[in-house]
Amino acid sequence: MQPYFLSLLIFSPLLGILVLSLLSKEQEKAIKWLGVLATLPSLCLSLFAFWQYQNGYDISKLAEKRSWIQFGEFPFLKETDFTVAYELHVDGLALVMIVLTTILATLAAIASTSIQKEWKGYFQLFLLLEIGMLGVFAASNLVLFFIFFELTLIPMFFLIGKWGYFEKEKAAYSYLIYNGLGSAVLLIVIAVLFARTGTSNIDELRHILTDPMAQTISPISDALRYGLFLALLIAFGVKLPIVPLHRWMLHVHVQAPPSVVMLHAGVLLKIGAFGLVRFAFGLFPGQFQQFSTWLIVLGVVNLLYGAFLALRQTDFKMVLAYSSVSHMGIVLIGLGSLTEAGIQGAIFQAVSHGFIAAFLFFFVGVMYERTRTTTLARLGGLAKTMPYVSGFILAGAMASLGLPGTSGFISEFMAFVGAFQAEPLLAAIGTIGIIMTAVYLLRAVLGMTFGQTTVSNVYDLRGIEWVPAISLLLLIIIIGVYPNVLALPLQTTIETMMNGLGG
Amino acid sequence: MDFETLLSYEWGVMMPEFIILGVAVALSLIDLFMPENRSRRLLGLFAFVGVAVSFVSLLSLWTSDVTSILGDTFRLDSFAKSFKALLLIGSALVLLLSIHYEPKERIAYRGEFYYLFLTALLGAMMMASSGDLITLFVGLELLSLSSYVLVAIRKKHTLANEAVLKYVITGSIATAITLFGMSYIFGFTGSTNIKEIAVQLASTYEENHQYILSLAFLLTFVGLSFKLASAPFHMWAPDVYQGATMPVVSFLSVVSKTAGFVIVLRVIVSVFAQIPTGSSNSMLVTLAPYIAFLAGATMMIGNTIALRQRNVKRMLAYSSVAHAGYVLVAFASLSMFMFEAIWFYLLAYLFMTIGTFAILQVVSQHHDDEDVSIFAGLYRRSPLMAIAMTIFLLSLAGIPGTAGFIGKMNIFLGAFVVEPAHYVLASIMVVTTVISYVYYFGIFIQMFFRPVEDARRLEWPPGVIAVIVICVIGTVLLGVFPNIAYDFIAPFEHFSDFLQ
Repeated sequence: MQPYFLSLLIFSPLLGILVLSLLSKEQEKAIKWLGVLATLPSLCLSLFAFWQYQNGYDISKLAEKRSWIQFGEFPFLKETDFTVAYELHVDGLALVMIVLTTILATLAAIASTSIQKEWKGYFQLFLLLEIGMLGVFAASNLVLFFIFFELTLIPMFFLIGKWGYFEKEKAAYSYLIYNGLGSAVLLIVIAVLFARTGTSNIDELRHILTDPMAQTISPISDALRYGLFLALLIAFGVKLPIVPLHRWMLHVHVQAPPSVVMLHAGVLLKIGAFGLVRFAFGLFPGQFQQFSTWLIVLGVVNLLYGAFLALRQTDFKMVLAYSSVSHMGIVLIGLGSLTEAGIQGAIFQAVSHGFIAAFLFFFVGVMYERTRTTTLARLGGLAKTMPYVSGFILAGAMASLGLPGTSGFISEFMAFVGAFQAEPLLAAIGTIGIIMTAVYLLRAVLGMTFGQTTVSNVYDLRGIEWVPAISLLLLIIIIGVYPNVLALPLQTTIETMMNGLGG
Repeated sequence: MDFETLLSYEWGVMMPEFIILGVAVALSLIDLFMPENRSRRLLGLFAFVGVAVSFVSLLSLWTSDVTSILGDTFRLDSFAKSFKALLLIGSALVLLLSIHYEPKERIAYRGEFYYLFLTALLGAMMMASSGDLITLFVGLELLSLSSYVLVAIRKKHTLANEAVLKYVITGSIATAITLFGMSYIFGFTGSTNIKEIAVQLASTYEENHQYILSLAFLLTFVGLSFKLASAPFHMWAPDVYQGATMPVVSFLSVVSKTAGFVIVLRVIVSVFAQIPTGSSNSMLVTLAPYIAFLAGATMMIGNTIALRQRNVKRMLAYSSVAHAGYVLVAFASLSMFMFEAIWFYLLAYLFMTIGTFAILQVVSQHHDDEDVSIFAGLYRRSPLMAIAMTIFLLSLAGIPGTAGFIGKMNIFLGAFVVEPAHYVLASIMVVTTVISYVYYFGIFIQMFFRPVEDARRLEWPPGVIAVIVICVIGTVLLGVFPNIAYDFIAPFEHFSDFLQ
């Protein structure tokens, strides 16, 4: 079991894709059921691994390695140079991200039952997207990482372009070009590192890059390191997104179907955070340290820019989109602080925002299905017509603005604790953003739930819709009340990172 | 040369060429004596079998040592073997496609098509094996003249006539430039034998000669770039692609282009790689920036102009220009990965391009149109073919999981491993690749998002299906397990015998 565990975890949605292709296009019910079922194996496996890890199991044993590609074998080089192995591994951070992915994938699959057309293609792409996302977190070499990274690009293009709203094709193209350029920059970094060191394994690279005496095939100068670090910042800055690279994600938030946005806001943006931690920080700690203040500055800009623009939006989806921009600023602030609390806060924020954003977007979907609009001005008095839905939305907003007892609070708190240690002035400016968050969220949510009733004849939450609603809310509260559920698995990862800084 | 020495040569190493030659001669005779109203389809099958047998005979020579016969004018080294394999595989697939090609105006000269196709292939194969500038040039002309006629085979088609005129004129200019460049090389060394030229040029260093040799290099390279359809000789590609029949287009974009790289590598690397210069680098290294410049220009021209094309054939023509640019990046880096990277990329390119053309052939024939809108709703009409097309286009766009990605990765490795690394060139390649997403994905928009405009059933002939299946397997397999291809050329030890 062990040597195949991770592969099984990542590729189990493939089974769903195959079975789906055997079904006829018209069997709507069967396809939807199967789509949800197909996400369950990964969910079970990841929860099992998570549970085992909590009980002290050493997950590094799950690592897999098989020889795969050999780019030339030269007599004057080591035999392992220029080989790419199929290798997977997980640590605490990766495991947490994988669990986040599998949970959100299942819940988004449930939310996808509101998709109106061509369910078969939809679920096949959806499952492909899941494989890509899981692989990104588990890959232990850069080439494999990139392959999975790009594997998320293609299904997303189709999911947005085919099943989205009015301006879906424009959104799909803007997604493609921005992320294509981001991946292109990433590919250059990967190819440079691979070509100059002969390896693409992340651990080996970390050793080579942090050890000044290490032998490389071609020299890696300091200037090159800065270049590579900045390139990584841009590549993952597009994903996260860092202002001014954020335009595409607004289009996607608004135009993609809500169930896809659940994954997009919940997981895909987090790949940016994960990449910054794993690569920008892991491979170039020295450069990261020198740029840390700038990261906080970028984070504060993100936070404030997102918050101020969210205040001006007339569409609930746009409010949430800018809120995502704003919240990702907190990730940057936490990372830039270079303190244990700050980094922990940043990772917490990534996970917590994953759940909260998915939660809120789930209700965007629910609401749109009933009212056919997300414009704030045309919504009102939902507390009367859909009491449960508006209750949940309010709860989600509370979590998002960082009410104590929710996951939002603990992450923002820790990130700012770290930031105040490092850069008190910037952190103080950043807190304005926290206040703004409360203002724009309450403005939007209260406007929708109370006031004049504009839509009637709508039904409240029903049937299977309760599952994502309840489970996401529970997760948000659990993390808020008992943060150790995340803190413990992340401990070793964060310690390793801090060691990297000291050394 | 007396009869004895003639007999003493190991003629066996020319077996693949002899088979092609024999089949071509046989086909021309059969065509001559065949009643005029009989279908020429069978001839195509015959040609296909000939190419397949030739490929098998090439495989039987696969592990043989470097052999050169006919006074060093014909040599069979690992370079020749590996690139001939590409030429033969490409030709076999194109022949399969051509058997089922039925355009509206009906080609009356189907028989001619097949044997001219084989002579063109023969020319390309001779180029891969030649060790002498004369045989090299004869091979080049055999390929060129045959392909001029192939383009013109739609005699009554206006666009075809326009295309062939442009093709012949630019082609002749390019040939003239090549010859002019070669004349300098001959003038310096008094020999046409590549090996001897290399030895002579390597042994003497004269500062005054550097400029003339550089001039010879530039003229030869620019002239030869005609076959690659790379800048500055790319202008013929869109018009010729638009005017020529589908099988001929596939041939030009795959076999002819591969042959172009064969001759460029053969001449440029063997002659210029060992010429000493004032510094420690050889002349080829000091002149590489010119190749890099042309590569960059080619990628940019190809990918940006392709954005504006509505006609799929023209779009693919510019796309093939861009791909020539990618391969030139591998050449310009002059790294230890060069030969393998080029070989692998051309192999990947072969599968994905022929696959694309196979689908385009059926769809455009059905609509008698080449506008991109003919793909509208293809996913509803033929879902499997739409998925196959998706795979080819993703591979052309260099998305991971396909052969195109591994090929690009290998080129990047080469560009970055050398010192100083080619950051600018590789960045141009990456950025133009992203630009190319726009037009490749434009076809996806048509296939998956647009409604069906023409509900008539598409007919997929068995030969075309076979080609598509082979190409899909090739594209995906080489993308997921690229070592299959690398193992194939592993016995050659990085083409170490190239300069021997």
